[in-house]
Amino acid sequence: MSGPTELELAGQVVELVRRLGGPAAQAEAVVTRADLALTRFANSGIHQNVSESTVGVRLRVHVDGRTAAGGGSVVTADGLSALVERTLAAARLCPPDAGWPGLTPPMPTPDAPPVDEATAHAEPDQRADRVGAFVAAAGGLSTAGYCRTAHRSSAFANSAGHSAYGRSVEAAMDGIARRDGVDGVARRSADRLSDLDGAELGAQAAAKAQAAADPVELPPGHYEVVFEPAAVADLLQNLSFYGFNGKRYAERQSFAEPGAAQFDRAVTVVDDPLGGSGLPFDAEGTGRGALTLVEAGTTRAVAHDRRTAAEAGAESTGHAVAGGATWGPMPRNLRLTGAAAGPASAVARSTTGAAAGAVVDADNAALVAGVRRGLLVTDLWYTRVLDPKSLVVTGLTRNGVWLIEDGTVVRAVRDLRFTESYPRALGPGAVLGLGARAVRQPDRVDGAWWAAPSLRLASWHFTGGASG
Amino acid sequence: MTEFDAATAAVQAALDAGARYADARVMHRRYESMTARNGDVEELTQDESIGLGVRALVGASWGFHAVPDLSDAAARDAGRRATRTAMASARVPGPSVDLVPVEAVTASWASGCQIDPLGVPLSDKGDLLVDATRTMAEHGADLAEGLYQIWDTAKWFVSSEGHRIDQRIRECGGGISATSIGDGETQRRSWPSYRGQYGTTGWELVESLDLAAHAAQIAEESRALLTAPLCPAGETDLILGGEQLALQIHESVGHAIELDRILGWEAAFAGTSWLDLAQLGSLRYGSELMNITIDPTIPGALGSFGFDDEGSPAVKRDAVRDGRWVGVLAGRDSAAMASLDYGGSVRADGWARLPMVRMTNVGLEPGPHTLEEIIAATDDGVLMDLNRSWSIDDKRLNFQFGCEVGWEIKKGRRGRMLRNPTYTGIGPLFWRSMDMLSGETVSWGTPNCGKGQPGQVGHTGHPAAPARFRNVRVGVSA
Repeated sequence: MSGPTELELAGQVVELVRRLGGPAAQAEAVVTRADLALTRFANSGIHQNVSESTVGVRLRVHVDGRTAAGGGSVVTADGLSALVERTLAAARLCPPDAGWPGLTPPMPTPDAPPVDEATAHAEPDQRADRVGAFVAAAGGLSTAGYCRTAHRSSAFANSAGHSAYGRSVEAAMDGIARRDGVDGVARRSADRLSDLDGAELGAQAAAKAQAAADPVELPPGHYEVVFEPAAVADLLQNLSFYGFNGKRYAERQSFAEPGAAQFDRAVTVVDDPLGGSGLPFDAEGTGRGALTLVEAGTTRAVAHDRRTAAEAGAESTGHAVAGGATWGPMPRNLRLTGAAAGPASAVARSTTGAAAGAVVDADNAALVAGVRRGLLVTDLWYTRVLDPKSLVVTGLTRNGVWLIEDGTVVRAVRDLRFTESYPRALGPGAVLGLGARAVRQPDRVDGAWWAAPSLRLASWHFTGGASG
Repeated sequence: MTEFDAATAAVQAALDAGARYADARVMHRRYESMTARNGDVEELTQDESIGLGVRALVGASWGFHAVPDLSDAAARDAGRRATRTAMASARVPGPSVDLVPVEAVTASWASGCQIDPLGVPLSDKGDLLVDATRTMAEHGADLAEGLYQIWDTAKWFVSSEGHRIDQRIRECGGGISATSIGDGETQRRSWPSYRGQYGTTGWELVESLDLAAHAAQIAEESRALLTAPLCPAGETDLILGGEQLALQIHESVGHAIELDRILGWEAAFAGTSWLDLAQLGSLRYGSELMNITIDPTIPGALGSFGFDDEGSPAVKRDAVRDGRWVGVLAGRDSAAMASLDYGGSVRADGWARLPMVRMTNVGLEPGPHTLEEIIAATDDGVLMDLNRSWSIDDKRLNFQFGCEVGWEIKKGRRGRMLRNPTYTGIGPLFWRSMDMLSGETVSWGTPNCGKGQPGQVGHTGHPAAPARFRNVRVGVSA
């Protein structure tokens, strides 16, 4: 890399604000260089293969009691000056910002996870080879998906004298195998590309697709369910964005009631950004660390940035994001803690005949074994919130559903639509079992992930079948 | 070095490195948004982004690389990297790639704009949102929110076939929402829709929305909804307002007719389509009232442009004619694969993203009725409007929508408000049940259409008017 470092650029921006806006002007700047690459395949061939080398500057200023933010991709001297000038001009025209929480004071930056240089500088051939392994392992089934790598190098500086620097890398793979219009899926997020085994994932997706053949339609109703980690990831994401969001909590739009036993005692949820692929500071320069949101069923906390923390009389939890004044602080690295001992050991009779392959590991096998009649659900799709406060969500199953009878997966089922309150479905007494092994699922953007074991719930409200 | 020079250098470098086709887009975008809450400006953001994305085709494989640097050296390096990435794609090859022919033109195009939205003083724009949100708060809203967004995008496109096209597209819009919070649930009313109405126009669009004039009413309605009766569950005749029908078109027609989905290119993420190319021209999609066009030439609609992002000129086409499926949204490569002779619907959401099949303006041609006529002709039903939630399966068949508000329709009259209205169905069955359609068409803009990996956000337009659908399942709840 040539030219100024991210930290030097961030410092230049803050100094420009001081020079152009006067000594009382407050400023914080984040400069991020990113190398993002994604190799996408469909119909078992690579059809879209992209990469980008970008740089971005985010600036927030507070001048004469007024606040504005800006961003840009031009990091020449002229480009930085233009960014500072227009952001200062915008701030001066804004009404007073009574809720301005002030800048983050100098503080130590936590240690970030080590960066795997091989992943940071991965070549297109390496991603293509993993795709090739996935395709080959699918045994002739049509496949589709992606392999991606991401490397970010980011620096923060503010006019209060605080600065921070960190890097993050992530690798992820997500793919389906198709048989007669039904799909099986396998996806993983990891800190190292070398931890992603395309052949293993391709074989798993293919086994699921084979087991999903000839699905039958079931009537809607309340079913006991075993959710695989991909499905549980959707629960975590919606709980995070709508519930553990400090802004929504302040607005009384969140279900969260810290101190209340809102969930089953089996539920412990921790936001752990440094547990993998995370930068060590947020958009306001606050250090990031683990935050327990739910402990043994009791809601313990919601996420805060400096603004929501000030409103709540609390401290920032390191969850500031660009645009956070509108969207609020959102945890994006949630882990649902697995059962300490895991469910009972794997039970061989959990699959039979054509449904063999539906159950991918011992966690699932043990959870399925306890179900008298219910559904094994791999993935949820297109989930949307009907009401944020009760967190009633509608969506569909995807990538495999199977009927369980007397502890055995007996046959594939066509996709179902559900309408369910997520907190209610996870409420006291509602969790009948948890797997031991949390599997990290990638988000649509790098740096966010959702780790969960399989989960057995007493009831899930399916409100429609595949044909309506 | 001009933008055209940078794009040309990138294309030439890609060819020199072994590509058989290459194109490059330089894009310069300025973006501004402001949000207000309860009478105060909440956030003001102004972004400016400039960069170049180059696409290279080697054999049957594509590669793409993007950089924020328009220097000759950076542009050439981007071209070479795109070609190198395409060569890596060949390790897992797909079928051969052809491009349907498009005349290589030198052209300029700009969207219409009476009032430059970035030229309107920030204080005026702030006053608009502050006043409207204050009024909503004064009329009972617990959460009164307002928003505007502005995009001013200049593009320079060059291809190895000789295209040299520059465009300037200005887009803007805004809206207000009032949320009332009750015991265990929230109710929301918006104007003119949640997060606003948008178009390829100047600030005159926002002025025409007259946000302040509607603030008090929607606040009072959001409060009243907390105690309104629940939308009953069952099958009934459903009248949809134009804004909700626009999203219905977007989700259950627009995405379904995307050729990349039909060909399986989006199978792992956005999904496929229930449509089979073998039935193009013969499949009955809906009732004979259903005439859907793909029309990027509509002045002011959000999905309008002069040329798409691979140099195809904007052309109006039929997607559904008299209820029969007759057209798709396509790009040059997907069209060739499907043995069709047109592309024209490929766009990228920025210089760092690969152009892909996107909706332009996909909407209904006007019908013969008015909303009041439809209500008067309905003995027993529900009128729903303004989207609150949307969900549809990966084949674009099974949908469920929630709206902000419902009204009971009894004996041809609009009655009491209903809360938590939802409806669900299967796309073609639903469209075949449409028996009345209004001519009160509005081109609704959707600025948040997600698709692709890495994710892209598309801006699409949807001409729509109120319509009636028979025997629809409504009132689905947890």
